[in-house]
Amino acid sequence: MSTAHIIVPIRTYVAVFVGLLICTLLTVVVAAYDFGILNTAIALTVACFKATLVIWFFMGVRYNTPLTKVAVISGFVWLLILFGLGMSDYVSRPWLGVLGR
Amino acid sequence: MFFGGLFMAYIVYRSMYPEAWEKSSQELNVYMGAANTAVLICSSLTMVLAVRAAQVGSRMGQVVNLILTILFGSTFLVVKYFEYAAKFEHHLVPGPHFGPVPALPYGSQIFFALYFIMTGIHALHMVAGIILMLIILGMAWKGRFTPEYYGPVEISGLYWHFVDIVWIFLFPLLYLLGFKLGAL
Repeated sequence: MSTAHIIVPIRTYVAVFVGLLICTLLTVVVAAYDFGILNTAIALTVACFKATLVIWFFMGVRYNTPLTKVAVISGFVWLLILFGLGMSDYVSRPWLGVLGR
Repeated sequence: MFFGGLFMAYIVYRSMYPEAWEKSSQELNVYMGAANTAVLICSSLTMVLAVRAAQVGSRMGQVVNLILTILFGSTFLVVKYFEYAAKFEHHLVPGPHFGPVPALPYGSQIFFALYFIMTGIHALHMVAGIILMLIILGMAWKGRFTPEYYGPVEISGLYWHFVDIVWIFLFPLLYLLGFKLGAL
């Protein structure tokens, strides 16, 4: 947390801020066009990129210890385990004719 | 990752009722959602500047940026209020009075139930964040933070950014899903 003691220049923060605003504009404009299933993929890719910007710069993970980075990444790995196992259950239920869908 | 479970529910029900999801999403106001996204990004910038002000020992910098953060956070909630009010007006709140005109496909109530739960809990996090920022503002006003001791500002900032990140995902998943050419 406060171990780094690196003072980040304001222009870095402003650059990230402008980047986030551009991404928001981009995602809205792209969503207005029909790319079929790709729409969601593009929207989520942009959202992931924005979240990465916030975590990396605003939350200061970039200036922190490797342990912090591992902790941050592991949080998202757990989330993917939840989605992966959860969906493998829901998707496979109709194949077996199991009740509950 | 408390929101993780809600996102899981979103994925499951969206895969079950893709048509209801698309039609229901069109009922949401993309412009208000996009404006709120921008407002939250602004609040994240002022938050990070408040932390920086604490690091360099600028009391006024902390106070000004924390007040701005609180103002942006409040703006978000005001916009959210108008959005919710419109949903009540258009009978889009799940329950016995759910009955938008024209009618929406089966499963739309689940979309709106998830919409209200996810954005509602996110809004509650915003309220908690604003209260937290008021406390931090009080401490900053008294000059409690120095370049050697600014942990509380930084930790509160991490929370604030986390709430911002949740919205970064909620916005495309709820608002942009049904947004199509011709709407722009």
